[in-house]
Formats: sequence, structure tokens, C-alpha cells
Amino acid sequence: MTTDIAITGLGLVTPAGIGVDASWQGVLSGRSAGAKDPNLEGIPIDISCRVADFDGTEQLGRKAARRLDRFVQLGLVAAREAIADSGLDPQTWDGARVGAVMGCGMGGAGTWETQHTTLLEKGPERVSPLLIPMLIPNMVAGHIAIEFNANGPNLVTATACTSGATAIGVARDLLRTGACDVVITGGTEAGLTPLSIAAFGQMHALSGRVDDPAAASRPFDADRDGFVAAEAGGVLILERADDAAARGATVRARLLGYGASADAYHITAPDPDGVGVGLAITAALDSAGITPRDVDHINAHGTSTPLNDAAEGRVINRIFDGDTPPVTSTKGVTGHSLGAAGAIEAAFAVLTIQHGRIPPTANLDKQDPEIDLDVVSGAPRDATVDVVMSNSFGFGGQNGVLVLASA
Amino acid sequence: MSSAVYDKVKELLIEKFGVAEDEISPEATFSDLDLDSLDLVEFALAAEEEMGVRISDEEAEQLDTLNDTVKLLEQKGATVEGEASHQ
Repeated sequence: MTTDIAITGLGLVTPAGIGVDASWQGVLSGRSAGAKDPNLEGIPIDISCRVADFDGTEQLGRKAARRLDRFVQLGLVAAREAIADSGLDPQTWDGARVGAVMGCGMGGAGTWETQHTTLLEKGPERVSPLLIPMLIPNMVAGHIAIEFNANGPNLVTATACTSGATAIGVARDLLRTGACDVVITGGTEAGLTPLSIAAFGQMHALSGRVDDPAAASRPFDADRDGFVAAEAGGVLILERADDAAARGATVRARLLGYGASADAYHITAPDPDGVGVGLAITAALDSAGITPRDVDHINAHGTSTPLNDAAEGRVINRIFDGDTPPVTSTKGVTGHSLGAAGAIEAAFAVLTIQHGRIPPTANLDKQDPEIDLDVVSGAPRDATVDVVMSNSFGFGGQNGVLVLASA
Repeated sequence: MSSAVYDKVKELLIEKFGVAEDEISPEATFSDLDLDSLDLVEFALAAEEEMGVRISDEEAEQLDTLNDTVKLLEQKGATVEGEASHQ
């Protein structure tokens, strides 16, 4: 059995757009989705990257939407698009062979907060019986199983901002071991709530550029001062390449490698020496059977925090021995969608390969002189891209690196 | 069937639970409307909020048709404000 993994479907709901095409055009535009967020009124950092036009009721119907936290709504809508894109038919597939592995950092933060307010204001007997099934992070995979008749292994990975990449790595392994024939995988997050944004603000992790939100997410820029929190859902359909070929599927790209590691250093700060990150990158390249020279492009973690971007630049230079391929961070446009980030960026990497266009990093006006990378900025760069490395690093020190390659 | 309480129940089912108006009739059961046991508890909470009467969990489990539900609410002295809900 070949362990080559085909990516046969994509679905995206991001601040850059609803749907794969709209998201891709949004990312290519280089215009940041950062904006004032009316739901964060009264919070010191009242900006975010929201999927502004996403209305769960409109997308899913009121009956379904009212039982789903927004993180599930985003994931489910992305899954619908990805499955349709794959050409697979959930009505006829062998559900026992179909798994779902999604990443999510926070779960139903919005439901927690509104129900906690109900508890305090109206008492325990008014708390919704739907609170638990709405907030537990694993529920997004549960709902995907219910909607798409997927009875195989079903789980959600929680590695903070690496969750989406971790999910895709686990999905690969379920295909490699033969536990599944198809895995619906990706990540979702909808944590733009007053409590969580207030808390991220207290960590000094967020950009304080509240008067110029569209310029706030500026990865690798000398004047970056933190990330802009975002929400998103991204789903990829993975199959073994021989199965995809046998059914005549259109293969968008291949998942060539995955590496994971832990910093074992600090709860939130990256290791300045990047030991853990280096391990994950090396493991990903090894599992892909390639060397740094084979990598044509890096979709960086690039959060726009002073610490991350500097440390990531150093590690990349160390591993690539100073000869680094073009780098971009799509977080300049989308903001940082936490548990969804690794998944939507893997999808952007696939699209970069398919279209031969590297999206620009938004707001890179003056690159940090300490960061010695060829960062694509201003406009998309046309290039033949066969192999992309996509980095994700999370609070907790969890790192996940994916290697994607042309079909 | 037409009463202020029935109209309120109907409004709740449409507005809060997303039930299509043409599915709703006095004989319809909660099961007919795809409301499960968790929804019934939610319905009881909404009825308390909107009509000032408490339906116990045991009573909620017994709810069957909308007709029965309206009768129970009326027996308990449910009141509906003249104006549309502000909730």
C-alpha cells in the first residue's frame, strides 16, 4: 500500500471570504480583514478578523443553527464545501471507512460566556441543556459524522494554534495505517468573545493598533506589535493516492510530510533557540523524504507577534542554512484563527501550488531588519511551486509542520 | 385551536426553534417537529421566560402534542402579554 496521500477536496470559511475561491482571492489581494468588532465593545482590544458575512442561520437553517456554536457552524459549512469538491458521495460511501479529525483550540467559547451570564443573572435552572453539546470542542467532528454518515474514527485535536495542522497529521496517519479510506480533516475556531479577547489582551499577545485595525496584523514587519484574533473554518479531504486515482478523483495536491514536536520550554513564549520548532521542521522534511533544498515556498506561522516572527525567522535560517525559499504569512490578511490556522494555511498552500502564485504578506511596509527572510509582499508572486512547508506553533509549545506537494 | 397561549407557543417554535409555520398544528407532537428531549427542556425554559409558568422536567418529558402542552400551560395560569415578546 502506498502511503502517498492525496488532497481531493477543500472547503474554506475565512475572514478573507466564504468559500475556497473567495478566500483565495481575498488572500491574494493582500488586504487585511482586520476591523473594529462591535461584539468586543468595551474591551481594550476591540478589533478582530471576523468572517463578517457569515450567518449560521442563513447557511444552515434556524433549526440546525440554534443548536450549534459558531465554531461548529464554520467547520460544518467548510466540510460541506470540501466534500462536494472531492466528488465523494456520503450517501453511498462506506461510512465505517470514513474518519473525521478536526482541530480546535477553544471550543464553544461564545456559548460558555452567554450561558454563564444566564447562570449569574437568572440562576442555574435557566441554563440551557444544550450548553454542553454546544461547547465541547469534539462536537465539530461529531456533527460532521452525523451529517455525512462518517462512522470511522472521530476526534478533535487541541494543540492551541497548531490544532489544525495536528489534525491533518493525525488524519494522514489514519490513512497510512489503513484505519480509514477517507478522512475529513481541518480546523475551526470561533473564539472572538469578550472574555477570551480580554484575556489574550492581558497576555499582551494582541496588536494594540485599535485605531488602525486593517494595519494591525503585519507579520515580519519592523512595527508589528501582536496578532489580530480571527475566526475561521477550513477542511481538507484526504485519501490514499492510489484510492483517489482508482476512482478518477481530481487531486489538488499531495500531503507529503508531517512533523510534530514540543518546545518543552515555556507555556506561551517560543523558545528563542527554536529547538522544538527545528525538530518539527526536520521531522516533516524527513517524513516527506526531502531536503530543505526541495522546498519552494514556506507558508510561515508568522503571527505578527514580536517574539514569534523573530524566532521563526531564526529557525528557518538555521534549517535552510541561509538559503531560504520565499516566505509568506497569510495571517496578514486573515489574522490569527488559532485552532483553524494550520488548516486554512494548509489549504492556502495547496492553492499556491495549484495556481503557481504565492500570496503577499499584508502590511509588510518595512521588514524587520533582524528577520533575514525573502518575505513576499505587496502583490502575489508568480512562481513554480511544487513543494510548500506550512508551519504552525501553539501555546503550550506544540509545533506542527506540514509538507504539501503538487499532485 | 386559537388562544393567546397557543399563539405564543407557535411563535416560540417558529422564532426560537426554527420550526416551519406550516408544520405546526394543535395535533402535532414535538417529535413530529424534530424536537428532541434537550429541545423540550429548552422549550420549558422558554415557556417560563415568556409566560411565567414553570414546567418541571418530569412534565416536560410527558409533553406530547401542542394541544396538550397549551392545556398544561393554561392550567398553570400562563399569561401572555398583549405585545410581542421582548426577549
